[in-house]
Amino acid sequence: MLQIKNLQARIEEKEILRGLNFEVKPGEVHAIMGPNGSGKSTLASVLAGKEDYEITGGEVSFKGKDLLEMSPEDRAREGLFLAFQYPVEIPGVSNINFLKAALSEVREYRGLPQLTAKEFLALVKEKSSLVELDGQLANRSVNEGFSGGEKKRNEVFQMAMLDPTLAILDETDSGLDIDALRIVANGVNAMRSPERSFVVITHYQRLLDFIVPDYVHVLYKGRIVKSGTKELALELEERGYDWIKEEVEAAQL
Amino acid sequence: MSTTTAIAPKEKFLQLVEESKKQFGLADEQREAALEFLNQFEIPTTRDEEWKYTRTTKLSNEAWKWSNDHSVETIVPYRIPKLNALELVFVNGKFSQELSSNVLLDGLTFMEGATLVSNEANQNDPANFFEAFQRATTTGAIYLGTSSKVAIDKHFHIIHLITDQNAVSTPLIVLNVQANSKLSVTESFCGNTNGLTIRRLSANVATNARLEYNKIQNEGDEHYLINIDEVAIDRDGYSNLNTLTVAGGWVRNDLRIALNGENIEANLSGFYLPRNKQHIDNHTKVDHKLPHCVSNELYKGILFDSSTGVFNGKVYVWKDAQKTNAYQNNANIIAGDNAVMNTKPELEIYADDVKCSHGTTTGQLDEQAMFYLRARGMSPDSARKLLTTAFINDVLNKVDEEVVREYVIQLLVEKELLTI
Repeated sequence: MLQIKNLQARIEEKEILRGLNFEVKPGEVHAIMGPNGSGKSTLASVLAGKEDYEITGGEVSFKGKDLLEMSPEDRAREGLFLAFQYPVEIPGVSNINFLKAALSEVREYRGLPQLTAKEFLALVKEKSSLVELDGQLANRSVNEGFSGGEKKRNEVFQMAMLDPTLAILDETDSGLDIDALRIVANGVNAMRSPERSFVVITHYQRLLDFIVPDYVHVLYKGRIVKSGTKELALELEERGYDWIKEEVEAAQL
Repeated sequence: MSTTTAIAPKEKFLQLVEESKKQFGLADEQREAALEFLNQFEIPTTRDEEWKYTRTTKLSNEAWKWSNDHSVETIVPYRIPKLNALELVFVNGKFSQELSSNVLLDGLTFMEGATLVSNEANQNDPANFFEAFQRATTTGAIYLGTSSKVAIDKHFHIIHLITDQNAVSTPLIVLNVQANSKLSVTESFCGNTNGLTIRRLSANVATNARLEYNKIQNEGDEHYLINIDEVAIDRDGYSNLNTLTVAGGWVRNDLRIALNGENIEANLSGFYLPRNKQHIDNHTKVDHKLPHCVSNELYKGILFDSSTGVFNGKVYVWKDAQKTNAYQNNANIIAGDNAVMNTKPELEIYADDVKCSHGTTTGQLDEQAMFYLRARGMSPDSARKLLTTAFINDVLNKVDEEVVREYVIQLLVEKELLTI
């Protein structure tokens, strides 16, 4: 589904991704962990098509197509979804109107028939209940005045509406209390299927108790330096990142 | 008229005043009074503080004329759908009885004709050359006056059509909203030719009266429009004035609100969405003279292409106007590579127990928001429209009549500025 080969990216003069290799197959859940500044959020932004980053090398293929050649909207229409670490507040734009417009463009691209108003509202009802999102929130301006937890639930709600094949969750757990974390995780788990893959970027092992990954990777200095199963996450939780850093430094000598 | 090119612009306007005698109904003494001012004034230039960013050179050099054409086949295209309104139509500056509704309403006085109506207007001095010119010519005029204690349910829709090339129109609207009464008016400016419209509005809002007024300016790139709005409000009075500039080649709005009593609420809002090389200038002045009054001012603009905009908002809070609440906000988005906005709030406060605030911002379309919307599958074009809509939405919401608001949104959608 997603193949990343030797990906290099920088922002201004600062190199952040330095030859990253990574592959996701349909139905898999991958967790990417790593210390601050290792490049986790950069990876998410680069995959979603944020223009602040310059790709200096490597390739990314998504469902056999060259992802880096696509505009951000085409990536979304192809089925890639990024749940933002910091969802943007857009005063004056109603959550529902925005989703209606977005979904209509996505469905048109995918060759699916447009939903009637009734079907759309039924879908909203179904998917918002997935993350226990109050109907009122759907009618408010996008993320405006939402609590941290509401913003993250809104991300997962939008994800459910847009029905992606690959969802990237960028620190979706940050700033969440345990109840909100459980709600968000339940929403994600309800969407797991053999066709849909997830890349869960997180700083803490805690989220992975709820969204259990098939693989865990450690990102450090712009590269995946260690991969394993969910036990690796527990080890990181216990031992921190210093031993990984030491391993990497030692290998470089 | 064979050697107009050799004549100085001011002389050409004076000639027009002379020619207007035969055509329009102003009394000689009214014309003479205005001419005294006109002779003293010069055409404003960018050396005048009030016209610093608005050039009049092109306007002054056009070969203007009075139009003889005061009819159109139909006004249907200019009608506001679903609006329960009496229509008052001007064609090339002259009021058209045939195209207008019959105004026969209990509690409402309607008058028509330059001489009659000019006498009812505020008698303060004209502020500049164009205003004096309007008063010296006055191609057409109407008066709407409520009786006290009457809330007029009907909406009034004043339509200005400009159909003739190089036509000048100098209409006058006088409103007299008597004590404890209410009046709602929407005025549409529809000029698609190379014309010049100088329209004066003189409104009195008496004790505890309410005036709701919307101006929809939707004109072509070649049209010049000057609006002079003078609104005087008495104690406990309320006004809500919306200046909605959908399009216009060259637009100058002078809005002056005098709060002459206590406990008045005055709202003034506007948006402007110029494209191409359009130029939109909003000059506003709010005069707080007595205590316990509120003024809310909100102007928002998105400037596309090589368009230019001006906002100048004066708020005076005089010594006696304690407990004044005066708010002013002007926000702009520069969407065009060569667009320019000049904005200047001017607050003068002589009272010491007041709440006054002003804010002005000029920036780009929020790139973070653009990316967020695109990352959900929206094209840059529809994302931009959605953000544009959101930006001016709070101004649109100031329009009291829902069908008028819907109509304006429809105009913006047709111009591909907005999405719904």
